[in-house]
Amino acid sequence: MKTLKETECRETVKVVKISGEAAVKRRIMDMGITKGTELCVKKVAPLGDPIEITVRGYELSLRKEDADKIIVE
Amino acid sequence: MNIKIALAGNPNSGKTTMFNELTGSSQHVGNWPGVTVEKKEGNLKGYKGVTVVDLPGIYSLSPYTLEEVVARDFLLKEQPDAIINIIDASNIERNLYLTTQLAELNIPVVAALNMMDIVEKTGIKINTEKLSKLLNCSVVETSAVKGTGLKELVSKAVEAAKTNVKNVPTLEFSKYVSDAITGIENIYNSYEYSPNSRWIAAKLFEKDKLVMENIKLPEDLKSAIMEIVEEAENKYDDDSESIITNQRYEYIEKIVKDTVVKQKRSGLSSSDKIDSVVTNKLLALPIFFAVMWLIYYVSISTIGDMTIGYVETIVGFIQVGVENLLTSAGASFWAIDLAVNGIIGSIGAIFTFVPQLMILFFFLSLLEDSGYMARVAFIMDRIFRKFGLSGKSFIPMLIGTGCSIPGIMASRTVENEKDRRMTIMLTPFVPCGAKLPVFAMFIALMFPNDAWVGPSMYLIGISAVIISGIVLKKTKLFAGDPAPFIMELPNYKMPRMKGVAIHMWEKAKSFVIKAGTVIFLSCTVLWVLQNFSATFEYLGAERVDESMLASIGGAIRWIFVPLGFGDSWAASVASITGLIAKEVVVATFASVGSVIPIEFTQVTAFAFMVFTLLAAPCFAAIGAIRNEMGNWKWTLIAIGYQTGLAYVLSFLVNTVGSFIFRGTSATERKILDISIMEEAAEGAVVNGDIVLIIFAAILFVAIGFMIYNKFSLSVKKAEAKA
Repeated sequence: MKTLKETECRETVKVVKISGEAAVKRRIMDMGITKGTELCVKKVAPLGDPIEITVRGYELSLRKEDADKIIVE
Repeated sequence: MNIKIALAGNPNSGKTTMFNELTGSSQHVGNWPGVTVEKKEGNLKGYKGVTVVDLPGIYSLSPYTLEEVVARDFLLKEQPDAIINIIDASNIERNLYLTTQLAELNIPVVAALNMMDIVEKTGIKINTEKLSKLLNCSVVETSAVKGTGLKELVSKAVEAAKTNVKNVPTLEFSKYVSDAITGIENIYNSYEYSPNSRWIAAKLFEKDKLVMENIKLPEDLKSAIMEIVEEAENKYDDDSESIITNQRYEYIEKIVKDTVVKQKRSGLSSSDKIDSVVTNKLLALPIFFAVMWLIYYVSISTIGDMTIGYVETIVGFIQVGVENLLTSAGASFWAIDLAVNGIIGSIGAIFTFVPQLMILFFFLSLLEDSGYMARVAFIMDRIFRKFGLSGKSFIPMLIGTGCSIPGIMASRTVENEKDRRMTIMLTPFVPCGAKLPVFAMFIALMFPNDAWVGPSMYLIGISAVIISGIVLKKTKLFAGDPAPFIMELPNYKMPRMKGVAIHMWEKAKSFVIKAGTVIFLSCTVLWVLQNFSATFEYLGAERVDESMLASIGGAIRWIFVPLGFGDSWAASVASITGLIAKEVVVATFASVGSVIPIEFTQVTAFAFMVFTLLAAPCFAAIGAIRNEMGNWKWTLIAIGYQTGLAYVLSFLVNTVGSFIFRGTSATERKILDISIMEEAAEGAVVNGDIVLIIFAAILFVAIGFMIYNKFSLSVKKAEAKA
C-alpha cells in the first residue's frame, strides 16, 4: 500500500482510500480528494514539507503527515 | 419590503471584489455575534431596501471550521431571501461542491460564474444554459473585476428573492443513499415537523454532530436511524460522511462532463512559470526574505518612520496653537496641560501610527491579492508549526520589530483561530522600536562596556516567542489536534488598486475607532493620576512625587521588590507610565530622578529591562489586541500571560543574578545620572541593522535545515536500498 506521502514528484496517482479521523478526512475530501480522483505531485516545499499537488485542475498544498492518510495507486 | 441576499463562495473566487462592486461604499464591517469572524453588510447599489451580506469565504458547510459553522448558522437561522453563489469558473469542479451543499438549504440560489474573462483566455468553454438547466437554478456569467454581467446577476437575484418560484438547485444521490435519507426523513417526521426536514435527514445520515446535538431525538428513533446509516456504511465500506462527499463530487463530475469543454493546456501556465521561480528549491527563501525586507524597509524604517515624524510635527503644531489660544483666553494652568498634553497628546499618539498602518496594509493586501501570501505559508510552514504558529505568523513578528500594533493587526492573515490568537499573544515579545530607548538608556548608564546586552534583548524576546509557543501549545487553551494545513495555492493575479485601497482604508478606520477609544481613555486617566495630588491639586511635572500616581507607585512597589527594583516608587511608576508608550519610561525616570535619586545595580537594571521587554505592551497595542481578539477575555489572557512571564523571568534574573554576582561590581548600587539620561536613550542598542542580522540568522538556519533534510533523505534512501 502506497500513500501520497511516498509518491514521487511529477508522478500521477489515483486515490484508493482516505483514512484518518473525521475532521481531517472531511477537510481532505471537501477539497476534492475523493475516491478515484487523479492527483499529481508537483513539488515539495524548500524546507521539505508541505507538498504541492494538482487536484481537479487546481493547486493544493498539504503537509506530509496529512498526505500519509491518503492511500493511492 | 426588505430583502436580504447572502453572498456565498469559496475563498479566492472574487467574492470580496464582487461585494465591493455590488454595494459601493455603503458597507459596514462587524463581527458575527459571539465570534470574531468578520461580517460585512451593505445596501445593494441601485435597489432600495435590499441588503447584501457577505458570508466568510468557505469551501464547504462542514461542522468543523468556525467560518463554515458561522455561514451555515446564518443561512439556516436568518433564512436570507436568496443566495448569490459565486463560482470561480476557472476552477469549476471544486467550486460547485459548495453549490451542492447550498442546494440542500431550500433557499433560492443564483450562481455567478465569475472570472469568465480568465476562463475565455485559457480556452475553457462552458455551456451556461445547459449548466443552468442541470443545476435547476439561474446561472449568470460575470467578471467582478471588469464589472460585466453584474446587472443581470443582481436583477436575477432580486427576482429570485421576490418570487415564490423556487430556484433551488437539485442534487442527486445514488438511489440507495437517497432512499436511506428518505427513510430517515420519515422517522424524523414522526417525531417533529420542520420545513427543512430533508436537510436535517441528510445531516443525520452524515452523523453531523451539531445537528445531532440540536435535535434531541428519543433513543429508539436514534437507534432506528443509526441502523439505516450503518447498513449504508457496510454496503459502501466507508463512513456515511465520506459516502455523501463522494457522491457530491460524482454528481459534479457528471455535470461538468456535459457542460465544460477543457482544452488540453500546452506548456506551463503563467502561474506555473512564476511558481517555478518563487517556490523554487534554492530561490524560494532568498526571494521570500528579499520581499519581507523590502516591506519592512519601506513601511517601518523609511517612509513609515518619516510619516511618524510628520504626524508628530503636525500634532506639535496643533499643541502649540491650542496652548496659545487657551493662554490668551485665560484658561487655568492645568486645563491647558490637560487639553494640550492629555487630550491632544493621546489622540496624536493614535494618529502617529495610522500612516504606517496604511502603508503596511497596502503591502499586505498586495501580497494577499496577488496570491503570494499563500506561498509564504507554503514556504515557512515547516518552521513555524513547531511553535504552534502558522507560516504566516512570520509577517506579524517581523512587523513587530518596528511596532507591535501593525504587527498584531497583520495577524488577520492567519486563518486558523488558535494560530491567530497565539500570534497576537506572542508578537509583543518581539522588541519594538519604542522599547529601544529604554534599553539604550540602561545600556549607556549601567552597561557602558558590555556589547552583549543589546542583542541579548532580541535573543530573550525571540526565545520567549519560541518557548511560549511550544509550551502554550500543550496547555488547555491551545491544545487539541493541530489544524490540518490543507491550503489552496491560488493562481497569481494582478492585484486591483481599488480593492487594495478599500482594504487599507477599512483597516485604518477600524484601528482609529476601536483601538483609539481604549488608548484615549487610558491615556487621559493616566494623565490625571500623574498630574494631580490626592487632594486634586494640580502639580505639573516637577512635583510628580506628590501625585496620585506616586502614591499608587508607592503602594504597589512591594510587587516589584522580588524583581529588585521595588525599593523606590520610581521604577514601579515607570512601569505604569510605560503603558502610555514604552519610551515614556525614560521621561518618567528623568522627571522622577530630578526629584529623588534612583538607584539600580547591573542585575536589577537587567531585570527591569527584561520586565519592560515582556510585560503588557502600551495601551495602543492593548487596544489592537482587543480589536483583533474580538473580546476582553482573550485580551486579558494575553496581557496576563505577557505580564506573568515578564514577572517570573525578571524575578529569576534578579535572584539568580544577585546570587551569582554577589559581592562583585554587578550588584553595586549606582545612581542613574539623569543629566545624560535623555541623551543616552537616543543611542543605538546594537550597531548595524538588527533586522538584517536577524534575517541573515534565520536564512542561515533555514538553509541548514534544507541541507539536513537532503542528508537525512539520502541516508533513508541508502537504508532502503540496503
